[in-house]
Amino acid sequence: MPNVRIPTPLRQYVGGNAEVAVQGGTAGDALGDLVQQHPDLKQHLYTGDGKLRSFVNVYKGDEDIRYLDGQDTEVGENDELSIIPSIAGGLCR
Amino acid sequence: MALKIGAGDVSHIHEHAKETYPEECAGVLVGMDAGGTKVIVDVWRAENTFEEEERSHRFLIEPLKIREFEEKARERDLDILGFYHSHPDHPAEPSEYDRDHAWPYYSYIIASVSSENVEDMRSWVLRDDRSGYDEETIVG
Repeated sequence: MPNVRIPTPLRQYVGGNAEVAVQGGTAGDALGDLVQQHPDLKQHLYTGDGKLRSFVNVYKGDEDIRYLDGQDTEVGENDELSIIPSIAGGLCR
Repeated sequence: MALKIGAGDVSHIHEHAKETYPEECAGVLVGMDAGGTKVIVDVWRAENTFEEEERSHRFLIEPLKIREFEEKARERDLDILGFYHSHPDHPAEPSEYDRDHAWPYYSYIIASVSSENVEDMRSWVLRDDRSGYDEETIVG
């Protein structure tokens, strides 16, 4: 089964683990399975209308899936996906 | 939770905020989670890579940079515990934009900076339900 690496701020929602084994042949299915296993993650990964939040980045190896096939990016049994934060903020103006 | 940060690291953040004024600065808080208190051991500057014309009110640290910082911290058996950024000519309080982009657990230090000085510095943690922030006590 592919693994998903969980960044420090989200480990509290997956029992403190740094990696979670998931099922699915695409990045979208793998993330869907992750959220199904750990529903508290959902609001931090997805917006209310089900899109991956802009500051949530999913990498397959060293490549951002946005530059591969997005949610349709194929993942094999031995692949590792990593959720990597980007950090953004600033004033409202 | 409280955030423990030494005077040297505080002045590092102040200097960074003053240097980049009127643009926002950003950086990483590195240390140990001592069960109830986050102990900051080091602060590292990060480049604000938001589009140049927007940097007076936006900051961005990109994911591969975050991964580099994580690896650098891990080499010293430390973790990224949060981030700092400045609000030029605005209060040290998180904006709606900050909340939309925040991660749980991390401490977000905000320094309110004017052309003269750092006027205020406060630390915030996103609530689990993303409804707002709780302020953290900063201890020296």
